[in-house]
Amino acid sequence: MYRYDQIDRDIVADRCAEFRAQVARRLSGELSEDQFKPLRLMNGLYLQLHAYMLRIAIPYGSLNSAKLHRLAHVARTWDRGYGHFTTRTNLQLHWIRLKDAPDILDSLAEVGLHAIQTSGNTIRNITSDPYAGAVADEVDDPRVWTEALRQWSTVHPEFSYLPRKFKIAVTASARDRTAVRVYDIGLKLRRNRDGALGFGVLVGGGLGRTPILGQTIREHLPAQHLLSYVAAILRVYNRHGRRDNIHKARIKVLVQSLGAEEFGRQVEAEWRAMDHAAVDLPDDELARIRGAFGAPAFEARPARSAAFEAAKAADPAFARFARRNVVAHKQAGYALVNIALKTPGEVPGDCSADQMDAIAELAARFSFDEVRLTYAQNLVLPHVALDDVPAVHARLAEIGLATPNLDLASDIIACPGLDYCALANARAIPIAQQIAARFADPELAEDVGELKIKISGCINACGHHHVGHIGILGVDKRGEEFYQLTLGGEADGDAAGDRSRLGDLLGPALPYARVAEAVEAVVGAYRRARAPGERFVDTYARVGLQPFKEAVYADAHPA
Amino acid sequence: MPTLIRLEGGRAVIAARDPFAEAPLDGPLPDGPAVLMPLARFQQQGPALLDEGLRIGVLLQPEEAVEDLAYDLPRLSMVALNLPKFRDGRAYSTAALLRQRYAFKGEVRAVGEVLREQAHLLARVGVDAFVFADGTTPEQLEAKLSLYRHVYQAASDARPPAWAERRS
Repeated sequence: MYRYDQIDRDIVADRCAEFRAQVARRLSGELSEDQFKPLRLMNGLYLQLHAYMLRIAIPYGSLNSAKLHRLAHVARTWDRGYGHFTTRTNLQLHWIRLKDAPDILDSLAEVGLHAIQTSGNTIRNITSDPYAGAVADEVDDPRVWTEALRQWSTVHPEFSYLPRKFKIAVTASARDRTAVRVYDIGLKLRRNRDGALGFGVLVGGGLGRTPILGQTIREHLPAQHLLSYVAAILRVYNRHGRRDNIHKARIKVLVQSLGAEEFGRQVEAEWRAMDHAAVDLPDDELARIRGAFGAPAFEARPARSAAFEAAKAADPAFARFARRNVVAHKQAGYALVNIALKTPGEVPGDCSADQMDAIAELAARFSFDEVRLTYAQNLVLPHVALDDVPAVHARLAEIGLATPNLDLASDIIACPGLDYCALANARAIPIAQQIAARFADPELAEDVGELKIKISGCINACGHHHVGHIGILGVDKRGEEFYQLTLGGEADGDAAGDRSRLGDLLGPALPYARVAEAVEAVVGAYRRARAPGERFVDTYARVGLQPFKEAVYADAHPA
Repeated sequence: MPTLIRLEGGRAVIAARDPFAEAPLDGPLPDGPAVLMPLARFQQQGPALLDEGLRIGVLLQPEEAVEDLAYDLPRLSMVALNLPKFRDGRAYSTAALLRQRYAFKGEVRAVGEVLREQAHLLARVGVDAFVFADGTTPEQLEAKLSLYRHVYQAASDARPPAWAERRS
């Protein structure tokens, strides 16, 4: 895991000092709210319905126990004792006072955490594969490149006042766990026929009110030119992206209006004119960063663990957990243990300070001091010996986080919605809770199989509903909460290729009280129509909307 | 008269007087040895005036392409970049191109809604003269410019990026 050196620490400390002075200037009235707003946003502070929200960056979703303990401490000391993990591997605290923010940031900085560029029209916290360094199918460690991008993009002088926010994801596996095609820039590490490492460069993906999947502008960018090429993309966007209309300001609109081919041509021209040596990291710095991500000191262990197998045989609940939440590791005798923050009845992505402390202790004891955050608002212990999985499971059960529902119907992505967010039209959290309750029976959930439900409380699509197998979008109809369902979305792929697609609208929006039963009806139609072994999205692709429409609207009467 | 602050040898200094008189889009030119004019006027009259020995600065709006000036840059004394709103980041790329691509050696001046909290970024992309809209003093500017002890990226200034510092 990358550890900050003195330079990294100084930059975060200086940023904290800068923001403390800016808050003081705001509180004294020297800065207007208009002048202050971009400054607080680029330090992670939003003004929401009830209070300020602080969004803390977890670069490439990687935490150690000291950081997670500190997040717990901050949540306990300055917030209400819990935090909310997001799809973009940030942690949000929703009950912050502005005057406390500088002290919170100082406390975070002590362990190398910060909220730099988690909001505002900046290059945001960069996400990557939560399984990095632990699975066999990656072509290179994506964290090396993500860390290079993190440093390059931090307090970037040219790209701190972009037309709009800018999100980058890096993946190195055919099985994409980052939703790379819905990013402003999606980077897919691959090797070409000669074995040379490079990036497939996608641009212009994004959800929101204009959902679009990213398009490839470069099939194989030599890896060492990553930073200069990204700089060229940013420069073209910074100069030519629209600034007259906030809804048209994302890079996807520029890419759409120029066409991906012309946009790519402009990027190539800009890139060729750049001094690459000034921007790209030299080999020795890349080697320094790579060294920080070396494999942990794994022990030689047999591939099969007698303790693990015995626990499965003895305890059906553990067997189910092992089946659903435990993933094969590249190192024999080890596994990745997913911790779903999706206990039915709880808020998706929420984690209490006590739970954070307990997970931090598990990470320190059983996972080489590492915890990862995932796109699906869950956590992962990436390096657990199979022998230790029963102990980890037992402790997770004690803290209420052993639900064996990874990728199942109750493993729902939901934004904070109208319960917290000033932008929302409708609540997302209680909808998620109602749906999860209907699939709380683990037998039923496992029978239904992989089903990714994603809920957004407004068109900004923080819950990524467009790429949900079942997507749910809250809308406002004459002051009432209604919900549109979309089916068949996906943000994934495997060795057979990219399967990303946007969901299709099922039909008229449904009132709040009918959403959970409609989802149940959709699942019922799937179970009737599916072929053996077929996932929900595969059945949908085969049979289309009609059977689902009939199931949901059959007994509908006009509202 | 708005105050012009220049960066000279690492110090922020108030210019005793600004030699550049601002010319409108058309009409008579102001008197004096140096004139700041919009790009459109420069494109019509600039080369001839330069031949007459006049010192010229060109005022670029954020949507105007610095590429249009490329041929004439070696003869220009100054390029002024207008920031109509402090949140409009286009001038940052224009300044970067002026310094990094065209190796422009003259003054790059930020005008418009120029505020202290953005000054360190503007300086890094190559702005070396500021007309602040918020009354920032030379002392306040110097404090802002020295706030970050390290930087992660190369820009238009001479600051070594973190990776170069780590080598030494």
